[in-house]
Amino acid sequence: MRQKMRALMLVAPLLIFVVVTFIVPILSMLFRSVENEIVPNTIPGTVVALSEWDGSTGQPPHEDVYRNLYIDLFKAEEAKQHTRLGTRLNYEQTGVSSLFRTTGRSLDDIGELWQDPLEAIDPNFEEGSFWFEMMSGTGGEGFLEQRRELMAAMSDENMSGDVGFVPSAEIIEMLPWTARAYTDFALWAAIRDGDTVAEEDPWESVYGALGMDLTNPDTVSAINSYNGAGASALQAAAANIDQLPDFGFREAFTQEDEDWGNAEVWATIKLYSPSMTPGYFLNSVDMSLTPDGVKMKPDNQQIYTTLFTRTLVMALIITGSCILLGYPVAWLLANLPMRTASILMILVLLPFWTSLLVRTSAWKVLLQQQGVINEILVWLGFVDDADRLILMNNATGTVIAMTHILLPFMILPLYSVMKTIPPSYQRAAKSLGATNWTAFWRVYFPQSVPGIGAGSILVFILAIGYYITPEIVGGTDGVFISNRIAYHISSSLNWGLAAALGSILLVVVLGLYWCYDKIVGIDNVKLGG
Amino acid sequence: MQLIKTLTASTAMLVVATGAAYADDHMASDMTLVSWGGAYQNSQIKAYAEPYMEMNPGVSITWDESSNEAVAKLRAMNEANNVTWDLVDVVAADAMRLCDEGLAMEIDPDEVLADAPDGTSAEDDFGDLLVSDCFIPQIVYSTTFGYREDMVPAGTPAPTDICALFDTETYPGMRSLEKRPINNMEWALLCDGVAKDEVYSVLETEEGQQRALDKLATIKDSVIWWSAGADTPQLLADGEVFMGSTYNGRLFSAIVEQDQPIAMLWDAQVFDLDGWIIPAGLPEDRLNRVLDFVKFATDTQRLADQAKYISYGPARFSSAPLVGKHAELGIDMAPHMPTDPENAKNTFLYNYEFWADYRDDIDAKFQAWLAQ
Repeated sequence: MRQKMRALMLVAPLLIFVVVTFIVPILSMLFRSVENEIVPNTIPGTVVALSEWDGSTGQPPHEDVYRNLYIDLFKAEEAKQHTRLGTRLNYEQTGVSSLFRTTGRSLDDIGELWQDPLEAIDPNFEEGSFWFEMMSGTGGEGFLEQRRELMAAMSDENMSGDVGFVPSAEIIEMLPWTARAYTDFALWAAIRDGDTVAEEDPWESVYGALGMDLTNPDTVSAINSYNGAGASALQAAAANIDQLPDFGFREAFTQEDEDWGNAEVWATIKLYSPSMTPGYFLNSVDMSLTPDGVKMKPDNQQIYTTLFTRTLVMALIITGSCILLGYPVAWLLANLPMRTASILMILVLLPFWTSLLVRTSAWKVLLQQQGVINEILVWLGFVDDADRLILMNNATGTVIAMTHILLPFMILPLYSVMKTIPPSYQRAAKSLGATNWTAFWRVYFPQSVPGIGAGSILVFILAIGYYITPEIVGGTDGVFISNRIAYHISSSLNWGLAAALGSILLVVVLGLYWCYDKIVGIDNVKLGG
Repeated sequence: MQLIKTLTASTAMLVVATGAAYADDHMASDMTLVSWGGAYQNSQIKAYAEPYMEMNPGVSITWDESSNEAVAKLRAMNEANNVTWDLVDVVAADAMRLCDEGLAMEIDPDEVLADAPDGTSAEDDFGDLLVSDCFIPQIVYSTTFGYREDMVPAGTPAPTDICALFDTETYPGMRSLEKRPINNMEWALLCDGVAKDEVYSVLETEEGQQRALDKLATIKDSVIWWSAGADTPQLLADGEVFMGSTYNGRLFSAIVEQDQPIAMLWDAQVFDLDGWIIPAGLPEDRLNRVLDFVKFATDTQRLADQAKYISYGPARFSSAPLVGKHAELGIDMAPHMPTDPENAKNTFLYNYEFWADYRDDIDAKFQAWLAQ
């Protein structure tokens, strides 16, 4: 036990290094394939309210959902998180991106629909200090902490610190919407902006929220018997409800953009409101999550299964051609006299040391229709000038260039295994009457199989993850799944989908490795000696 | 003990020293700018960076040629809480995305950018080109076509119409198009008889998207799809393709600087913008330095100067009359600008909002169509 501990201590530095710099980043990247916290974090109230909504009716949700949406979106807009959410949902429903962007710009205007008449009813509503006095009190610490946590999750920022404001329990009970909006405002003003809450004018959303509260008859009667701070202004507002907009937030939202009345948009939001989603994985096998369950995508959008099979098939072809080309070279290397062999070895290694991009671009010069190979064939008369071979911008180009690039990975393990096969075995076979072929096939070849195994695994796994070479010479039918992964990482920024595609690729490789172990046996793989 | 004392002492000195640097002018003395490399970055170094460093001798500028992957890299840096870039050159669509993601800083053009010499405010001088709250435009470039003059069949007039792209009978040979739906879908619809101002409303519908793909399908076998801007000039120079789309500056350098038998086809060129964004959340001293640089580098004269080195149009109205001659060749640059009236007879304006919404959807269909 102690010895084991000691051994563990010795390898600990390396182990920690590998875990911290390699395993943790990879796992956290793969975790993105199911992670979907941005939706419940950014619009938490809306997600809860929406869970009651039945999307199958085709009707937009209840007013309550829109009220939550307004409170949630307003603070998300302050933190510039609403457009991120829009981008996320746009992967699932086209048009949501601009819906969130444009709505974000008009949230102030919506609030002003209530702010202007409220300030006209009682000018006290214009004063930040008046609001502060009215909303402050005792007993709301728990409520404050609750809003603080929601705010921290939404903005991804540390919201701890003194707010200088405690909401009054009485107000929270009487004006629930207003209390939420004002507490959010107070948290943001005090902690994010470093201001004194009492000196700041509240957000437009606070006025909108008061408008929401005033539509409730129970609230109005509670206000009329209320006698705390701000009672007269509240009672004036309650008495003049007819001066406030006579419509709700559903109408306010749909007036800004009619898509807010579209049940399909809401169905998408509801579908993607859990903090984990199978959506990315379904997308990466050409399926999609719909309100009616999991469905295949329409034919004109299916691409990933084609790409997965193509990647596997082409990686196999490349591995095969590497064996065919590499085996004789490795045999020569292992059997020629030392001097000649080392020159040959340099020839094998030289391209290995050249930049990948340079080698791929060189293949471009050779393979294109006006390129070296075609020119020579035309000059020799093998190919008609009008009918030149198409050697690149298709699968052929990818196979040729990648076979060349990966060849050293096949030759080197083969060579080191062949080096260990004593030449006397073949001589013995021949002296016992075997022909050259029999001696090779029955005696030499079986001993070189571990080298083939090692080389094949190396080449195959490298080939599966290649993307630069296919991108340059592969055209459209010679590109791999990795090209789509690269696109989603660097261009479309859909890291969730990229992570799902990557995870599938990883599982496929592990699965094939397992099959290889079962069929050939992993003990049969030798990288040398 | 001695060691700890030394450490404390040197830390204290360091604090004093940085304090002094702060007191100096609250500006960092070095900047990392991100751009595209090649001739374009060179034009920026000549027109902006060198004059700026002459005025501010203590400042050093590091260039990073990562604009291609700027969006992804900036996002990764932001997640790691270690943004090392100070100013990033991106196309307008990427600027919009970075702004949406909260990775770029929102700016007030009138406050951050210099007024025109005649006193016009920056906001009016850039006008409609301020397509995002975070974007500081530098140049107008266009994606347009070049064709091999010597490959036009004898007796046939040279192409003057974008639809020559689809006319493989009159103009045989391969074409090169970018491996993405943007621009290609619009050109396909234009040549399928859709009026210019209806293109995007047609493209919003499933049928419209299919219609564009069907039109592209008529030439699918004769298209080489490119993904790097240098591909088309290379393919044209090698005679691999008869005509191909790329950025106008690339064609300018192939035609004028390298004297290739290529001609421009400006018809239905698609205008797009390139400019700066400032990463969100920079520390104050670095931000001050960047703001100082940006104000200088995007003033009227500097933008006009850039056009001496590359054939992209300055993004300010007030810069246009100041565009002069090519710095080395001495030819007039104005006729090579995409914005020149002779070239801009029939132009197409890229719709940023549309593509921000439809990019994922249409790209999925386009890639599936390519793979078929």
